Amino acid sequence: MVDLIQYLPILIFLGIALALSTAFVFLPMGAARLTGTHNPTADKLAEYECGFPAFEDPRSQFDVRFYLVAILFIIFDLEAAFLFPWAVSLKQTGWAGWATMMVFLAELVLGFIYAWKKGALDWE
Amino acid sequence: MTAFFQGLGLPFAAAWTISTICGILLIALPVMLAVAMVIYVDRKVWASMALRRGPNVVGPFGILQSFADGLKVFLQETIIPSAANKGLFLIAPIITFTVALLAWAVIPFNSGAILANINVGLLYILAISSLGVYGIVIAGWSSNSKYPFFSAMRASAQMISYEVSIGFILVCVVLWANSFNLNDIVKAQHGFGLGFINGFWCSPLLFPMWVMFLISSMAETQRAPFDLTEAESELVAGYQTEYSSMAFALFWLGEYGNVLLMCALNATLFWGGYLPPVELAVLYLIPGWIWLILKIAFGFFVFSWVKATVPRYRYDQLMRLGWKIFLPVSLLFVFLVSGYLMATGHFA
Repeated sequence: MVDLIQYLPILIFLGIALALSTAFVFLPMGAARLTGTHNPTADKLAEYECGFPAFEDPRSQFDVRFYLVAILFIIFDLEAAFLFPWAVSLKQTGWAGWATMMVFLAELVLGFIYAWKKGALDWE
Repeated sequence: MTAFFQGLGLPFAAAWTISTICGILLIALPVMLAVAMVIYVDRKVWASMALRRGPNVVGPFGILQSFADGLKVFLQETIIPSAANKGLFLIAPIITFTVALLAWAVIPFNSGAILANINVGLLYILAISSLGVYGIVIAGWSSNSKYPFFSAMRASAQMISYEVSIGFILVCVVLWANSFNLNDIVKAQHGFGLGFINGFWCSPLLFPMWVMFLISSMAETQRAPFDLTEAESELVAGYQTEYSSMAFALFWLGEYGNVLLMCALNATLFWGGYLPPVELAVLYLIPGWIWLILKIAFGFFVFSWVKATVPRYRYDQLMRLGWKIFLPVSLLFVFLVSGYLMATGHFA
């Protein structure tokens, strides 16, 4: 049985940390208005592009490899998520549990070799 | 601490709340102070390695430099670019800093001195540090500017790539300690090597894991030599380019907070946490949190040593290291460690 009261300090910590960082962001904005440093101009608020007006929309196309990395990440992170409960119960499940997980890992390694041979891991 | 406040005549609930809030402040404030000091130490270490002096004007030996910088950014104007998505633009630094603080909730500072002694402490740290990607991606996207956008793409791909191998490395440690609870992991390292060395690092099967964890944690926190997200020559200041004032400083605080957290994890998982390095009765006279701080400080020195001496990687080299070397090797070690433990029945 999970004792949820253990997590209450984390919830309180979340509240305090959020309050602290929100104050850090918004207090200087108030302070800048009081001290008179708050002075926005059109050029100051333009996006940064080495002194030129922006050439094109910054949210343009980007390399498809970033998607590939994200997809591969999902596969291997899920694999790690399956490994975690297995790792703490290996003592109880014994050789049967160990062999089962090794078969599962071997299948994933086959997929990994396939992705490698297909060049999904190359970055050029 | 609850008992102390109850002794003052408070009911249990009030005493518990007050002591929890005190505990949180006892973690959050020293961490923020440590971040300020560690930025100064970092600059001093690079300076000495380059035969320069480093900050030496504000306060004795320039020790107050970070506080002067903090005051300066606090009084600056917060610039929100007109093209930016304003809400997201301001939320991004809040997420980064909050997440950097939150993970400290489960680090054991001494036997029993831990804010939330949860069973899945290590899993909690993994979850929280994955959330750090959001701050960076949101910052890059909402700035609506080229350099922050490219930098955010790079940073997120880099962080998730190394998270995979960090996950497998942690599985090896968990296998050996037979627990996700960080306190139990520290206790499992008691007299681990030859009966008198405290720490998982001295096992031939876990030493390579420690080296890989150290390198992966540098990539995970985007420290040099993996700081491609803010490679000045191509991306200006990376995803922080459009930020100013405290919003900019929060990214810095969050980044160094994460570096310190990685050093703390390194100390807790591989170097025996709050235990002294070797089993000697004399060494137990020094309290556990001092040992932990010494180990974190040494880990941080290694981080700045690397930053001062190793040239920056290329992006394809970085991805190759993560996917083609660390991932297969850490997977192999999951096999080796679990096989060794099954063959010897050597569980903690």
